[in-house]
Amino acid sequence: MTGEHPDATIAQRVRRLETLLEEKGLITGERVDEAIDAFLASSSPANGARVVARAWTDEGYKSRLLADGTAAVRELGYMEGSYQRLRVVENTAGTHNVIVCTLCSCYPLRLLGPSPSWYKSEAYRSRVVREPRSVLREFGLELPDTVDITVWDSSAESRYMVLPRRPEGTEGLAEEELAALVTRNALIGTAAL
Amino acid sequence: MTDGDRFPPGTRVRTFPHDPAHHTRLPRYARGKRGVVVEPEGPAELADISAQGRGDAPVEQIYAVRFAARDLWGEGDHHVVLNLWESYLEEDPDRDR
Repeated sequence: MTGEHPDATIAQRVRRLETLLEEKGLITGERVDEAIDAFLASSSPANGARVVARAWTDEGYKSRLLADGTAAVRELGYMEGSYQRLRVVENTAGTHNVIVCTLCSCYPLRLLGPSPSWYKSEAYRSRVVREPRSVLREFGLELPDTVDITVWDSSAESRYMVLPRRPEGTEGLAEEELAALVTRNALIGTAAL
Repeated sequence: MTDGDRFPPGTRVRTFPHDPAHHTRLPRYARGKRGVVVEPEGPAELADISAQGRGDAPVEQIYAVRFAARDLWGEGDHHVVLNLWESYLEEDPDRDR
């Protein structure tokens, strides 16, 4: 029954619970809003970009990142206290990675910020696993036939992030300048840099 | 069994073809399909049970399993990696073919 997601029922239940807790004086609406704002404020693609820039400039960090993404991003202060695991997948000259969640819309929110609406669309979710080359072309990313594509479907507790290839001609740039080059779509794998 | 040694990396596995009436994290497109274990991903409660609001979900090893598009769709040259709970998998009976 993977096609059905009774979000409306859950949303309704959450609202009722929130109302009840407010009535009992256990929480206030303002406090809930503050907590959500704080969570979203610390969730941004700038976080993922910073991780990528560190990996590009520090081989040791890159090895740790690819071996254990969760531990490596915690070194930089991200995903602390999260029960989820992070796997970072590296693009190379011969391999391109792209992420999706075909069952719902799982996404490494803390590192990439709120997901774009197309990521949650039925069209992207159903097509990218089946015909990634065509979907990537529609994003403006034309990959040679010699490049192998791997699609990572977030079907359990792990979240994925793509480590894009470092653009040519950026040897002289500092870590912060490199981070500014990294786009959200490159971290999803629907763009290259 | 939660130590991740039942299906070591490289093991050829097959997913069960089941279509349960309840929630599952085995996507329809990957049912009854052959793949290769990449590596264990760590243990977690079986979502099929916990999503029903039950407190008795078993903790199982999750495996990253790599499928060839050709085996999933009959065409395509890419691969798809899924995270699958151990009870979705069996060793591929035709692994030596």
